Amino acid sequence: MSEHATSRAFSVALGIGLLVLTAITVKAAFINLGAFNPVVALLIATIKATLVVLFFMHVKGASEKLTGVVVVAGFFFLAILLSLSMADYLTRAWR
Amino acid sequence: MSDSHATAVDTADPPQLRHHFADMEQQKNSASLGMWLFLVTEIMFFGGLFCAYLIYRLMHFNAFAAASQQLDIRWGAFNTAVLLISSVTVVLAVRAAQDGSRKQLVAYLIVTVLLGLTFLGVKAIEYKEKFEKHHVPGPTFAFTNTFDDNGKQIPVNPKEAELFYSLYFAMTGMHALHMIIGCGLFSVLAILAWKGHYSPGYYTPIENAGLYWHLVDIIWIYLFPLLYLISRHS
Repeated sequence: MSEHATSRAFSVALGIGLLVLTAITVKAAFINLGAFNPVVALLIATIKATLVVLFFMHVKGASEKLTGVVVVAGFFFLAILLSLSMADYLTRAWR
Repeated sequence: MSDSHATAVDTADPPQLRHHFADMEQQKNSASLGMWLFLVTEIMFFGGLFCAYLIYRLMHFNAFAAASQQLDIRWGAFNTAVLLISSVTVVLAVRAAQDGSRKQLVAYLIVTVLLGLTFLGVKAIEYKEKFEKHHVPGPTFAFTNTFDDNGKQIPVNPKEAELFYSLYFAMTGMHALHMIIGCGLFSVLAILAWKGHYSPGYYTPIENAGLYWHLVDIIWIYLFPLLYLISRHS
């Protein structure tokens, strides 16, 4: 199993990268991008979350492939919850 | 079934291996899979709260933006940094367990708990400020701030702002509860690690508690922009 161990230097570098992304998202919040402010903020959050899931939670390189299936299925059902709810509420004014 | 009591071929197995698993590798993978199934239920649980927040933000945008602007970005950003650093210390703790260095493992676990307590301390400061400004939902709730639409001040319905703070306390409160559980978990693991319960051959509890901690971190990664950031400009 030791071949799946992440090196310390990589973990610390990734942590610094995540802190830099946090600084960028705070800076971006004070720039008026109109409708794109939430888009940029949530895009950066998704990049951060993906990095944490893949490298800190060892989903990338997990020896058990079923784990990856469970993770993808979990986020897939979350996507259904959010997208169908939003498809409803965002289009109610279209009548 | 009962005639195989005498077989002693498994004497080389570590004491942590349960009899229904073939080997430690299979046991570890099963534990990891089970942990992920639990984490998926957590994702759906917080997903429901996120969904409710997005819908109400859509329906009462001006009030939600005005209420969100009352949160202090500096505390939110500081707490985000604290949680990200604690995620790195968790990774380093798992790595120390893999290498079998007990003192490093205990040290990283303690640092993680201290970072978690720092987060909770900052959260307490923020909650205290909410009480002082009467921004806690309930009979004493008051909201007089206006929505700043490019310099034009639009008054907002306090009832709608109260809805924002209800969701704010529900989401950050539930997240804080998970942090408290995580701190307790890592405190117990630090004691067990100090007693030498874990070795490079068996450190599953450290790894699974780490998975839990990372998920709590991810939830905050989304809470921070949704509550603090996205309503600064409209």
